[in-house]
Amino acid sequence: MKKLLKHRELLLVGIIAIMVAGFATRAPGFATPGNLANIFNDTSILIILALGQMTVILTKSIDLSVAANLAFTGMAVAMLDAAYPGLPLALLVVLAIGIGAALGAINGYLVWALQIPPIVVTLGTLTIYRGMAFVLSGGAWVNSHQMTPGFLNFPRVSVLGMPLLSWIAIVIVLLMWGLLTRTAFGRAAYASGGNPTAAVYAGIDIGKTRFFAFVLSGALAGLAGYLWVSRYAVAYVDVAAGFELDTVAASVIGGISIAGGIGSVGGAVLGALFLGVIKNALPVIGISPFAQMAISGIVIVLAVVFNARAERRAGRIILRDRGAKEVSA
Amino acid sequence: MSEITETRTRQAIPDRLGTPVSRLLGSWEVLLFGVAVVIFIANSFASPYFLNAWNLSDATFNFTEKAMIAFAMAMLVIAGEIDLSVAAIIALASTAMGAAAQMGIGTPGLVAIGIGVGLVCGAINGTLVSVLKLPSIVVTIGTMSLFRGISYIVLGDQAYGKYPADFAFFGQGYVFWVFSFEFVLFIVAAVIFGIVLHATNFGRQIFVIGNNEFAARFSGIPVERIKFKLFLLTGLMSGIAAVCLTSRLGSTRPSIAQGWELEIVTMVVLGGVSILGGAGTIAGVVIAAFVMGLVTFGLGLLNVPGIVMSIFVGLLLIITIALPIVARRIKHMSGK
Repeated sequence: MKKLLKHRELLLVGIIAIMVAGFATRAPGFATPGNLANIFNDTSILIILALGQMTVILTKSIDLSVAANLAFTGMAVAMLDAAYPGLPLALLVVLAIGIGAALGAINGYLVWALQIPPIVVTLGTLTIYRGMAFVLSGGAWVNSHQMTPGFLNFPRVSVLGMPLLSWIAIVIVLLMWGLLTRTAFGRAAYASGGNPTAAVYAGIDIGKTRFFAFVLSGALAGLAGYLWVSRYAVAYVDVAAGFELDTVAASVIGGISIAGGIGSVGGAVLGALFLGVIKNALPVIGISPFAQMAISGIVIVLAVVFNARAERRAGRIILRDRGAKEVSA
Repeated sequence: MSEITETRTRQAIPDRLGTPVSRLLGSWEVLLFGVAVVIFIANSFASPYFLNAWNLSDATFNFTEKAMIAFAMAMLVIAGEIDLSVAAIIALASTAMGAAAQMGIGTPGLVAIGIGVGLVCGAINGTLVSVLKLPSIVVTIGTMSLFRGISYIVLGDQAYGKYPADFAFFGQGYVFWVFSFEFVLFIVAAVIFGIVLHATNFGRQIFVIGNNEFAARFSGIPVERIKFKLFLLTGLMSGIAAVCLTSRLGSTRPSIAQGWELEIVTMVVLGGVSILGGAGTIAGVVIAAFVMGLVTFGLGLLNVPGIVMSIFVGLLLIITIALPIVARRIKHMSGK
């Protein structure tokens, strides 16, 4: 299995490299280190969100509320910054993570304690959180001139030649890698998605694991909320609309099985980068940005076809986890 | 907490089934109907304009198109699958109709094109899920981007207008008095889907697949073929909804029906269809359609903005699902 995953990541690296080389023939300068660093920076937020989404998917759940969570927290911190310019940035970032985690905890609690299927819960909270962003702001925008320079510039500060935003993504990738491969929580996340019944017998509290996966996904979405608002220097209700599907797409392309229990941090990062490269390449090679949606659709379908071939196991039924419920009910 | 006792309590058969009346009163549909009545009464107190035949008739447009798709979606969900690409199918079908209308194709041709595109999209989803055996939730997220993406490639930031005058009937016409063509279509679809799901072999087989796919296979039920048909049916209903919606709006943009997939799934789940498959009724979906339509219409009369309404719809979804679970738990804790 491990060999297979390694194989898949190498394959993705290969595909991304071929894509970059191909685009470079059409647009010289596409493959320069500077441009590649730009693409990475541009994809940082997607990487952060995809890692949260991946953790949730590993536990056989799905979090469709991440983009709405991002919009709400982004709006909340932007309004706070605009209203109280004196607040230290560190406090705002901590607040963003905290609000995000709290919204994630609501999802997690409904899934854990009330055993409502995750797709239903997050479908509901998706509309609720974005609606809350509207109620909070009254539909008004927070524009760049209303926010403090410190708040806006933080992700752009250059450290060792790369913007801080990229460094934040790198740190989170490393932290997530450690969390998922080196801690009890990580093992529990894989186990409760891979074989819920066995996980229960092994003494793993599946509900609790899912709860923490949602809290983590929410916290990362909160952080991404601040990063998004400061990077694009504007906060409005429809920020990142539909972005939850990009996070699912990045995970699926990266080889994370939607049935739970299979996937790696490297895969999710590469999946996000894959989408990032396409997104950045289209305007460069003169394809209308309107084509991007159709292309990512095709890519998602192909990735799923490929995943299914790689992980085909007899009798796997999606959207179903009665095995676990029979025991824990 | 041995496994055996757990299994026994889970499958415990009650001594008595209760009287038919008590069973009926405890059913999801009756509960939901009660909610609908309460909302109806609350609305008529909240706004003096609510109790007006023409206003109420207008209100039905809020849900008829979505509900037509929700019937097919309910069958899919009962069979353990889901289709998140329905709204994107509407966009693609509407774009195709718009393009055809620019070329001067008449109303019958437009309807055929709309429904045809719906069927093709449904067949694509069905092939991916039942022939290639892929998980429907991800496949349809992919085809959702693909279908709507094609609309964006064709239209970009443009829009199609200029539909033939008689094309307007499907979305704006009335069959008699206040009953619109769409509302009549909705009722007819409800009856047909109700009969197919609850009174035919085909419907029976859908429930079997949703409850135990393995058992269904061993019982000789053509699981894949039925799933394919269900996706085809969902595509068909999306195509019909696209005809109605395009006719009602009289124009096509690639962002048409954006976010409807979530509202349709909400309608299905609110209607008591188990998202895990294997249980649900068309009657429940019909009542859920009315509930959602009444809530959005009532709030609209009170000048509540659309996005705030969506909070209510989201809360409605979670609360209606959580309430019975919480109630059962409280009952359980107080020792039966």
